[in-house]
Amino acid sequence: MKRVQFSSPLLPYLFLAPQMVIIIVFFYWPSVQAIQSSFYLEDPFGFGASFVGLDNYRDVLAGSQYAGIALFTLVFTVLVSGFSLGIGLLLAVKADGVIRGNATYKTMLIWVYAIAPPVAALIGLMFFDQHIGPIVKLAAFFGVELKIGLNFNDTAFAMIVVAVWKQIPYNFIFFLSGLQGIPVSVREAALVDCKSGFRRFWTVILPLLAPTAFFLLIINMTYSLFDTFGVIDVMVKDKAANNPITLVYKVYMDGFRGNDLGGSSAQSVILMIVVFALTIFQFRFIERRVHYN
Amino acid sequence: MIRKISAAGLALAVSATSSMAATNISWWHGMAGRNGEVINEIATKFNAAQAACAITPVSKGTYEEALASGIAAFRSGEQPNILQVFDAGAATIINAKGAVIPAEDLITKAGYSFNRADFIEGVRYLYADTEGKFVGMPFNSSAPIMYVNDEAMKKAGVEAPKTWEEFEAIAPKLKEAGFIPLVQSQLTWQFTENFFSRNNIQFATNNNGYDSTKGTELRVTDPNLVMMFNKLKSWKDAGYFGFYGAGWSDNQKMFEENKAALWIGSSGSFGGLQKTAQMPFSADFLPYWKAIDGAGTNTFIGGAALFAMAGKPEAENKCVADFFQFLTSAEVQYFYHKATGYVAITNAAYDMAKKDGYYDKTPVAEVGIKQLQLKSGEWSKGYRLGFYPQIREVMEREYGKIFSGETTVEDAFKTIETEGNELLARFAKTSG
Repeated sequence: MKRVQFSSPLLPYLFLAPQMVIIIVFFYWPSVQAIQSSFYLEDPFGFGASFVGLDNYRDVLAGSQYAGIALFTLVFTVLVSGFSLGIGLLLAVKADGVIRGNATYKTMLIWVYAIAPPVAALIGLMFFDQHIGPIVKLAAFFGVELKIGLNFNDTAFAMIVVAVWKQIPYNFIFFLSGLQGIPVSVREAALVDCKSGFRRFWTVILPLLAPTAFFLLIINMTYSLFDTFGVIDVMVKDKAANNPITLVYKVYMDGFRGNDLGGSSAQSVILMIVVFALTIFQFRFIERRVHYN
Repeated sequence: MIRKISAAGLALAVSATSSMAATNISWWHGMAGRNGEVINEIATKFNAAQAACAITPVSKGTYEEALASGIAAFRSGEQPNILQVFDAGAATIINAKGAVIPAEDLITKAGYSFNRADFIEGVRYLYADTEGKFVGMPFNSSAPIMYVNDEAMKKAGVEAPKTWEEFEAIAPKLKEAGFIPLVQSQLTWQFTENFFSRNNIQFATNNNGYDSTKGTELRVTDPNLVMMFNKLKSWKDAGYFGFYGAGWSDNQKMFEENKAALWIGSSGSFGGLQKTAQMPFSADFLPYWKAIDGAGTNTFIGGAALFAMAGKPEAENKCVADFFQFLTSAEVQYFYHKATGYVAITNAAYDMAKKDGYYDKTPVAEVGIKQLQLKSGEWSKGYRLGFYPQIREVMEREYGKIFSGETTVEDAFKTIETEGNELLARFAKTSG
């Protein structure tokens, strides 16, 4: 690759500046503020803040609900990422094989992505409504009583279905373009060597898709952890009660609804650490197995 | 969204019509739908009635969002002149000494006289300090009342109950007639906070939290409250009580659709219910337990109050005082009462509505105000508890678990007491 030289040593910084300003204003500055206020117990209106050391962290971690919410967040993240990646890949492989009318299939599968998460949740909510929801009626037909908003597991089920449904198109788009980037010559060579379609996929196609899959894994985990906020907020209708919530929703409930700034800052710092650790883990241990070419 | 745009458009029109010399004041609130429109109408009326001040209402979403925006704005010095704060957030704003100018001080300083006795009994304490001085100006005030499905009563051949004992007696007949005998919409407000006031039982130490934030503790393991929820659970198991989650409207729907016989709602629900109910309905007071000694006292207001934020220029504060005067005038109160179903907060407005024959035509509209005026008791004045929105969340969670069978009533209240007391202790530290 040709090295590009800038005429002035300041020029590259100038080009970087707009991006850096945005990151600093919207990410670093709030993060520093969150870390700072997590060590204080503060009057909501800002009249007095007393330094309490690690008390906020202790209160959060010792809280009777925190471990349960963390566990649910883990299960939720694994299931939502797993299902949306799995189904997205399956659909992409199948759509890739379609020759006639494949544009129609693709459009049908992609358009859901254009729906905003709260709108997706609203649609999901109607499907799962305890009075008029068609899915609830369908389940009742098979003798299963779904009680969304009343029963923890039923609500969790509905949340996961809506969150997965919303994310599949995104994964589909990336997997499909990844598949189409695999050279025809490689596929044909594989076809000569191996008859089993499944084995061809497993040993040739999937390794070549690995960079896409790794990228999507990270995106899906952050989606499940953070971007599903809108889905959860709409599904629990502003009142979480005994319904499942994720760690991010708890930050919102305690900080924005409950005005406990110290406590919710401590929670968001904990989340930051978790995401940080997760990212390091992914890049150190999973990315090593990914081959870019 | 469209509603917000139209509200903004109206606000713009309102400010555009006022003369340049007028002092502008802002009013942040958490009301939507018809109630949000009525706020704009009141602002228009005020701006038309005088030329010195121009008020601009801004909707900030829900009650919680309005409070959160108000707090964030105050911290950056951009606070509005008036902030609407809901009942559960009262302790947060009243305990933040210096965040607000007490409404009473503001009004007397502007040269108006202020008489607490002008206000009806049930609204006088929730937003006042320990001496009874009005810190917030009660605005939209509601009481939890019982709506009665007249058709169901006729079919079952029973009368609407006054007490829970009477309800127990008629519940089987209502069920036999094909109705869910009882539904409600907010267990925290209707069956906890107002259970204590209606049955005249202490809710928290330190005079229900009014006297001090230090060492205030909940008394929710009170045997009567535990009994109430054990009854609700057994009624639900017997098919006498329907529970459809913590959401307000999921429960109200059963009543609207003529499937439930009795619904505990808000006096403010009446306007909407007139449009949605599929059967004739009437209303009565929230039932109480006859067996509890001294029960049958009044309830205190729910809803929200308006707070004059500190740190504003004198001229603007004068305008806020003018607006409060305008708002509490009998004519405006009567207009608001009729337009929304919230109760009129002054005796003068109540008298005006009576003289006008409003309650002869619509007796349901008077139930809430009558309930607020019932004889008061030592513990019927409400509560002042910090981090109360979070305590309500704990209650909602535990109540949900009671009805899904995940916990017992006794354990649920023990959990609420423990977690609630931890939150109260935390709050005491923040305000200390």
